[in-house]
Amino acid sequence: MSRQPKSLGEEAGSGVRGQVRSGSPGTGDRSGRRPSKKRAPRAEGAAGRRGAQPGQKERVGGSPGPGSPRRKQAERRRHREELGERGRSSAERTCTEKRKKDGRTSLKEQRAPSRKEKEAPRKEETWKRLKKHRSPSLASGASVGESLSEEELARILEQLEDKKKLIATVRSKPWPMAKKLTELREAQEFVEKYEGALGKGKGKRLYAYRMLMAKKWVKFKRDFDNFKTQCIPWEMKIKDIESHFGSSVASYFIFLRWMYGVNLVLFGLIFGLVIIPEVLMGVPYGSIPRKTVPRAEEEKAMDFSVLWDFEGYIKYSALFYGYYNNQRTIGWLRYRLPMAYFMVGVSVFGYSLMIVIRSMASNTQGSTSEGESANFTFSFKMFTSWDYLIGNSETADNKYASITTSFKESIVDEQESNKEENIHLTRFLRVLANFLIICCLCGSGYLIYFVVKRSQEFSKMQNVSWYERNEVEIVMSLLGMFCPPLFETIAALENYHPRIGLKWQLGRIFALFLGNLYTFLLALMDDVHLKLSNEEKIKNLTHWTLFNYYNSSGWNESVPRPPLHPADVPRGSCWETAVGIEFMRLTVSDMLVTYITILLGDFLRACFVRFMNYCWCWDLEAGFPSYAEFDISGNVLGLIFNQGMIWMGSFYAPGLVGVNVLRLLTSMYFQCWAVMSSNVPHERVFKASRSNNFYMGLLLLVLFLSLLPVAYAIMSLPPSFDCGPFSGKNRMYDVIQETIENDFPTFLGKIFAFLANPGLIIPAILLMFLAIYYLNSVSKSLSRANAQLRKKIQALREVEKSHKSVKGRTTARDSEDTAKGNSKNATQLQLTKEGTTPHSASQNQTTGKKAQDPGISRSASRITLPVSQHLPVSRPPGVRPDSGQPRPQTHPWRSASGKSAPRPPH
Amino acid sequence: WSEMKVRFRLYSFLTVFQAHRRFCELLPPEHRSTEESLQTRVSLEQILSLPELKANPFKERICRVFSTSPARDSLSFEDFLDLLSVFSDTATPDLKSHYAFRIFDFDDDGTLNREDLSQLVNCLTGPGDDTRLSASEMKQLIDNILEESDIDRDGTINLSEFQHVISRSPDFASSFKIVL
Repeated sequence: MSRQPKSLGEEAGSGVRGQVRSGSPGTGDRSGRRPSKKRAPRAEGAAGRRGAQPGQKERVGGSPGPGSPRRKQAERRRHREELGERGRSSAERTCTEKRKKDGRTSLKEQRAPSRKEKEAPRKEETWKRLKKHRSPSLASGASVGESLSEEELARILEQLEDKKKLIATVRSKPWPMAKKLTELREAQEFVEKYEGALGKGKGKRLYAYRMLMAKKWVKFKRDFDNFKTQCIPWEMKIKDIESHFGSSVASYFIFLRWMYGVNLVLFGLIFGLVIIPEVLMGVPYGSIPRKTVPRAEEEKAMDFSVLWDFEGYIKYSALFYGYYNNQRTIGWLRYRLPMAYFMVGVSVFGYSLMIVIRSMASNTQGSTSEGESANFTFSFKMFTSWDYLIGNSETADNKYASITTSFKESIVDEQESNKEENIHLTRFLRVLANFLIICCLCGSGYLIYFVVKRSQEFSKMQNVSWYERNEVEIVMSLLGMFCPPLFETIAALENYHPRIGLKWQLGRIFALFLGNLYTFLLALMDDVHLKLSNEEKIKNLTHWTLFNYYNSSGWNESVPRPPLHPADVPRGSCWETAVGIEFMRLTVSDMLVTYITILLGDFLRACFVRFMNYCWCWDLEAGFPSYAEFDISGNVLGLIFNQGMIWMGSFYAPGLVGVNVLRLLTSMYFQCWAVMSSNVPHERVFKASRSNNFYMGLLLLVLFLSLLPVAYAIMSLPPSFDCGPFSGKNRMYDVIQETIENDFPTFLGKIFAFLANPGLIIPAILLMFLAIYYLNSVSKSLSRANAQLRKKIQALREVEKSHKSVKGRTTARDSEDTAKGNSKNATQLQLTKEGTTPHSASQNQTTGKKAQDPGISRSASRITLPVSQHLPVSRPPGVRPDSGQPRPQTHPWRSASGKSAPRPPH
Repeated sequence: WSEMKVRFRLYSFLTVFQAHRRFCELLPPEHRSTEESLQTRVSLEQILSLPELKANPFKERICRVFSTSPARDSLSFEDFLDLLSVFSDTATPDLKSHYAFRIFDFDDDGTLNREDLSQLVNCLTGPGDDTRLSASEMKQLIDNILEESDIDRDGTINLSEFQHVISRSPDFASSFKIVL
């Protein structure tokens, strides 16, 4: 609201004020506008009190008499005329209405001459000409114009503008309400008196309407912002967690939410392009062998224990690879399902790669543009963190918690950066810790390798014991259980900042889990190869069975035999479905293990500690078991590896992504609940790094690792002969070739063949490498320049700070002298009891402005000293109510006027 | 009503009307006429019971800053309007930061010294003991704040230093707001 009246005033008064302001060059728009505000109360009809300032105005305006005696005379005359005009105004009240009607035009015309007159003083012809142009209905206006000289009009107009500006800006003055009211009343009386005479005040209604609209608009925007935050899923939950557990724990949930979004997109892709077309247009269940449960499994196919293992009916459903038919087109749409299947499999990886890299890039971009806020972290937290709109005590409690948490985070950061320590000792400890951990990793790697080797031997032997069969799993889970705490213990040696410590911990556990992945893939590959080697045998068996069935004797030759029931046809083992089932089981069991761990490890422990504490011999809450902390590294890695499973498995089990979406959804709610109910914040709450890029980096690595086996399978393993969309082909990617040959015009096929030429691909790859190298070097140099510039700014700030502190001390001394003569004035100050502070404050601020705007600073700093001496003289205390304003911007102008007043203008 | 009209010039019609209604609700029923409501003062406790202020840790400070009565313990309607105008959308950032400074200046001595800052921290961390900062944390925090904001190194933060900091804050103006 305060912006608009100002601009309105500017608009109206620009003709006059623009000229006045030109008298004080270099003060800029801001400082030029401020004085006019200050000038306003002084002009309240008491023309005799006009000091040096109107004189200056007059001089700038090019009044005829520049000398001081003449000016006084003119002033007196003006005063008289003004009084006369006031008396007359009541008599002219009848005419005002007429004038109001076309007040705009008359105003314009009045303003126009005043401007002209300033450009070239005393252009009588112009004035007369303009008067002639006026309509006869404006006779009264003309009479005013006659009774008042033109500059008189201009001055009133200006005062009017000032008054209006005062009315508009009085709200933004730190006065008590009573004073505001008196000021306002005076200003309003003035305006009401003269507004009619000058034909202003039209468009008031429009203005009010616009104000109302602006207000509505602001409110709407605020509501809309609220609405937007409410639309972000789980935003409130995460904010809640962040306020109690710090941003590091919240970063896990943000990561989880992001993951959920990505999986939702993948799910849409797979569901929309593969599963739905197959269900709608594919051959129905039971029509062909691959879509039917075999006879041997039929009776148990609906048992829960079988379904739980993803066998039975689930195995022969659209959730798995084997269900899909190798028909080139399905349905009336002639949808190319095998092609779509292949392309969706590829685009799952493509989309994931793209989104991970894009979010990494956007995170880095965000982190470089922090800028100035780093200089004032603590102050901002202190002075601006409370949200005064909070009216709910529960929200207020959350806010208290979040402010405390953020204070603690910043304090931990600060302590870490200020920590003075024995650098040699830390270095030694860090090397030692890394050595120990590498030993651990090597040991566990060898152990895994050894166990896997042994299990391969066991698999060849007969009648192995239960332990020998499950040795790999047992070893793996033992390692997974004991190594992370061991790493954490060792990492305590390193004495890193918790944020960096978390990264190291993540990296180490990641390396450990890679062994997990390795054994899993190895076992899977063995299985696949075994099945592939059996495939030839089964293929022959199938052919033989079918051949026997159709050619067996003892059947009437004339009637064609009904086809063999699909359930009876012998099948291959369909290794793709087996792999898909393996991933599915793994995902589900992983989910269950996570939930049970949370339930037992966190919730039951919390319950135990909470309730047994009443009857226990030591303090359970503070002592040994206590409450669990939220395990960030474990959860993040669990999420990342789970996603790796999804990426690997989604090609063989299209339904896997759907299961994963459910898992993420439930785990969001479940973990949110578990954290809030049964965990305690970390002992040292630390701020998460601004970007989740470390998580993203790990995710990218996992994505790459999971891309490898899938690409290997597509490129070099033959698909099963009797199940899946690629059955009957030599390799899975043959489907592309087939499509190009059959569905595209021949020249396109030629172009593709040409593009696939190694002679073209290798140069293209080389070119890409060159481009990457070039862009990388460019970005490196840019970031170096950026860092250098930032350093420079920092150095400048330091210099400025020391400079200011010296200057501040000297000016404080200066102003102490003036403060003695200023004591009356000091009592007037509203906000400060000492007279010295506002001066030093203003000095500081002028120097502060220097940093922002060197153009002003020179003039400002030159005149600050005169200001402080000039102040008590130019404004006797008790007359100017606004003298307590510690606004430095006013000073240049005041001193300028003060200096120019005694000086003859010519 | 002519009295009210003057105020309408200051603030928009709706705001004043709404504010007046809220103000009258705080008054005993026999004083609710327009003329009387402009004269009567409302005590601190009643103002503090406003839902908009109830959860605010600075509510007492806010009332004291805006009160014009000698004992600083009651608000007239004008003071109330004043309060609302400073916390409204349309107040300038300068004005807001000026009043923020006065609110944070607990001992009313014109500067924010260490006691003011520690009191401020205690307000921000809430009344509960579990969220209170320890003495060493508090010292660290205040040291850091003075390091950042105390430009002339006199151990206190004065108004211009305060406004200097606030002017760089992106979200001060949006959070320093009370809407009826």
